[in-house]
Amino acid sequence: MTEPLVAPHVLEWGYTRSLGPTLTAFFTGLRDRKIVGAKTKTGRVIVPPTPHDPDTGEDVDSLVDVSDEGVVETWSFVSHPRPKQPLDRPFAWALIKLDGADTAMLHVVDGAIETGSRVKAKWRDETVGYITDIECFVPA
Amino acid sequence: MRDVAVVAYSAWNGVEHERNEVEILMPVVRDVFDKVGLTKNDIGFTCSGTSDYLAGQPFSFVSALDAVGAWPPIVESHVEMDGAWALYEAWVRLQHGDLDTALVYAVGKSTMGDLLDVLALQLDPYVLTPLWPDPVSLAALQARAYLEKTGKTEDDLAAVAESRGRRVDRASGYIASPLRRHDCPPITDGAAAVVLAVGDRARELCERPAWICGIDHRIEQHQLGARDLTRSESAKVAADKAGASGVDVAELHAPFTHQELILRDAIGLNGATINPSGGALKANPLMVAGLERIGEAASRVLDGSAAKVLGHATSGPCLQQNLVCVMESR
Repeated sequence: MTEPLVAPHVLEWGYTRSLGPTLTAFFTGLRDRKIVGAKTKTGRVIVPPTPHDPDTGEDVDSLVDVSDEGVVETWSFVSHPRPKQPLDRPFAWALIKLDGADTAMLHVVDGAIETGSRVKAKWRDETVGYITDIECFVPA
Repeated sequence: MRDVAVVAYSAWNGVEHERNEVEILMPVVRDVFDKVGLTKNDIGFTCSGTSDYLAGQPFSFVSALDAVGAWPPIVESHVEMDGAWALYEAWVRLQHGDLDTALVYAVGKSTMGDLLDVLALQLDPYVLTPLWPDPVSLAALQARAYLEKTGKTEDDLAAVAESRGRRVDRASGYIASPLRRHDCPPITDGAAAVVLAVGDRARELCERPAWICGIDHRIEQHQLGARDLTRSESAKVAADKAGASGVDVAELHAPFTHQELILRDAIGLNGATINPSGGALKANPLMVAGLERIGEAASRVLDGSAAKVLGHATSGPCLQQNLVCVMESR
């Protein structure tokens, strides 16, 4: 009696994906506790950065650093966070326009805010290049 | 352009504990065929809108085809989008000139998994999904921006809910401020089917075909924080391109109360009856509710109660993508 043939079968993504030059700069920046935006040829700064100007489709002109502090444009308070969401206590979602940016980015805020409130990023002790390197924003 | 009309529509909405997607869809397909006396062998092109993410299984739309039957081989296509976009593809396919009829269907069993987590997966995979923002919270950001910009109040939102048949409770807590339960859609399972036909074939099949006189769809830019959430430029452009003026009845796919107000501002529906079906605040089956808006609007032409109607569908967070289909009697 011969031994049955055995072959390994591993479920996996058989590829890795590059973030491309623009998002690579953004996430490398987060690892270094910096927020990077994309400046379009018309001078508008988009954060998080996109490779192209969303209005014209043209390549953006350059990458620029923006502040990790900014203004709440709109927000929603959630009393019962869902399990996978960033904080396990009541928090606010907010679109935050960082100083130096012309667009707002989504993140969470720990603390009382209203539209127009100033907030500042609270960085994790250990940063790895993910959007969650910012643990949350807090009132500035 | 070839003249294409909706000649039949059928749908089912509810919460289903027993039947799978195919079993929900089968009687709807049967019913829409019965309305015009057709079988699948009479259909030139079949196009569906379903979500593999709901089933948690790639290519789950292939099994949904069992509700139609794919032997002998049929000409078929699928979109991972609301069935309204499947209808758009079918309309384009009928313009090719070689086929005269199409079946469009959509099915979604939204209760099967955790819908709010599933919908976080439709977002940007790098900067949004890792935060797991749910669609209600994102809609709430839009609602607050809209209220603060226009000076409208939560009472204005409640009035929309009330007119769509929702029981309004202003004392209930927020789901995500400023949205309360009556501002949000129910989680609904459902299926819908439409038969399209061209020219004389449409006139043979029913007395008052709902002729598609304009159809267009547009999308907003990628990032929520880079566009004005208080307006719907994409719905406005789609409505203008589709020729939306002067409609008697409009069925708007507005899952949240404030979105109905934004869409009304964008499309400009002076004097039209809006959402006589109750719209997505009454039933919002994922992948289906947009096709239902077109089917419900078309039904007002089919039954002779309206001369010109509009069906609208949306997809993605905060009215990211919008489709407008204008239909008329002739």
